[in-house]
Amino acid sequence: MTSSTDTIVTLRGVYREYPGGVTALRDVDLDIDRGELVAIVGPSGSGKSTMLNVMGTLDRPSAGQVFIDGFNVAELSDRELSALRATRIGFVFQHFHLAPGVSALDNVADGLLYTGVGLRERRQRAEAALRRVGLGHRLTHRPHQLSGGEKQRTAIARAVVRDPVLLLADEPTGALDSHSGEDVMRVLLDLHQSGTTIVVITHERVVASHLPRQVAMFDGRVVGDQAVVMAG
Amino acid sequence: MTRPRPGRLSPPDVLRLAAYGLRARPLRVVLSALGIAIGITAMVAVVGTSTSSRAQLNRLLDSLGTNLLTAGPGLTLSGEQATLPDQSVAMVGRIGSVESVTAVGQLPKAKVYRTNKIPAPQSGGIGTYAVHTDLLNTVGATVASGTWLNDATARYPAVVLGARTAERLGIDTVNGDVQIWLGDRWFTVIGILDPVPLAPELDLGALIGWQAGQRYLGFDGDITKLYIRTDPDAVEAVHGLLARTVNPAQPNEVDVSRPSDALAARAAANTTFTGLLLGLGAVALLVGGIGVANTMVISVLERGFEIGLRRSLGATRGHIRIQFLAESLLMSVLGGGTGILLGSGVTAVYATLQGWPTVVPSWVIAGGITASLIIGGVAGLYPAMRAARLAPTEALAAA
Repeated sequence: MTSSTDTIVTLRGVYREYPGGVTALRDVDLDIDRGELVAIVGPSGSGKSTMLNVMGTLDRPSAGQVFIDGFNVAELSDRELSALRATRIGFVFQHFHLAPGVSALDNVADGLLYTGVGLRERRQRAEAALRRVGLGHRLTHRPHQLSGGEKQRTAIARAVVRDPVLLLADEPTGALDSHSGEDVMRVLLDLHQSGTTIVVITHERVVASHLPRQVAMFDGRVVGDQAVVMAG
Repeated sequence: MTRPRPGRLSPPDVLRLAAYGLRARPLRVVLSALGIAIGITAMVAVVGTSTSSRAQLNRLLDSLGTNLLTAGPGLTLSGEQATLPDQSVAMVGRIGSVESVTAVGQLPKAKVYRTNKIPAPQSGGIGTYAVHTDLLNTVGATVASGTWLNDATARYPAVVLGARTAERLGIDTVNGDVQIWLGDRWFTVIGILDPVPLAPELDLGALIGWQAGQRYLGFDGDITKLYIRTDPDAVEAVHGLLARTVNPAQPNEVDVSRPSDALAARAAANTTFTGLLLGLGAVALLVGGIGVANTMVISVLERGFEIGLRRSLGATRGHIRIQFLAESLLMSVLGGGTGILLGSGVTAVYATLQGWPTVVPSWVIAGGITASLIIGGVAGLYPAMRAARLAPTEALAAA
């Protein structure tokens, strides 16, 4: 049931069809190795989000096989998939989705809520994660007191607080101005440099062009997969 | 490779999640909880006031004693009003457990008026009783104003008024100058009694001395009622002996009763009304529960993305279910707790105004909490299941 331990994501012949005949993914094969930073790029409706849901085990494929960190998704129950997400996969959404009225620290600590870790340790690790994304001075701030970029960095801290083997970011800069967007991308690059495997979904080619590997999608298929040699 | 196992939420975490969900929409929570609060308030207040009134009755009976018996003439076999034999006082006094016995004779022809100018038909329903001086202690009466009859005043035209008699005649203080027109002659009012709960017939009476009755009003000495105070442990035994002792020849012509039983019976009659009010409280509670269910259903619809986000953070269906169920329970218990406080407050205010002791039985408090837990659980079950059933991708798409 396992694939190579250095491969975090393996998709083999993956289809995802929705009731009503819409096919969001067609025969997708993809491997993502540990420590990679990958952009999945394509116009809207190309199947990027479905791809992210399938890689994040939020959705199961209609056909084909999905392995995440060595686990065959088809062999795991809903409970086990939840546990897999709790310990191994981090999500970052376009609109941050922080809990209003709750401090940045507790928002991030909630990232560990379903891992069975006690409150005190959750808060300690949340503080460390916030420092890691450069928000050590914003621990007690509520979401409405944070700028857009800071909100997204808080959301990233929530995703990385449990040290996921895979970080999935869905249009992480989509709701930000270019300056804040650059901040967020820099945080993702830092995390990549410290070894986290990251998949960024974007429809902006400019954002994708900064990333070492780009997977292009169109109409549910992978239509391009190129590694760019990065300067430095 | 071991299969991943989901973590467990600790009870404090569940509580925090529930409180967070409620804090985000305070007005809606307050309005929904209000229904439960009103229902519980009604039920606690109803039970509280009726328990307090019963506690007051018990306190009253404790102070009055339940050991007073009365014996009066019933009807003869031919249907006429019987009389009690003259020697009955002495005979009852010889029963070992009887502490005191006193006779009262009603003078039906002696009407009471404030003055001699009042037309004869306006007698006000006040009864004139010839009494002995030991009546006061035997029935446990107290003097509100003035004095009680003594051996001297019992021989002269002096009268002590019952509480309602004084009220009817418009006499509230006694200074020795007040006279009333009683049986076609003036009697001086020397005292007014407090209400006598165990002998309410005396409240609407004018009490004169036994000898005065005989001397001035032609009282023939017929006994119309005996008041008997017994040893508290021998009330039943004396009750059984009384009729035969009072009138050995015709015991069937003697009516024996225990006035404290009448008080208790009156209190028991109130429970029907209590039952009705409790029913109304239950309806309010049901409506409150529907309100909570409605709020939870809307909450689940609105919070699709939160559900999706939590699933992405690793929440299982069970985690989502317990979160929404806990929210519903917490909302309902907040309402129930408020209701218990309000209901106890209503009871305290009402009981204080009535001069009763405030009693809210602990079973009512426990029942209120249990009822709100059950309502919260039932109201939250369906919304919680619905939230848990939502697929993560559908939930996230709900944003």
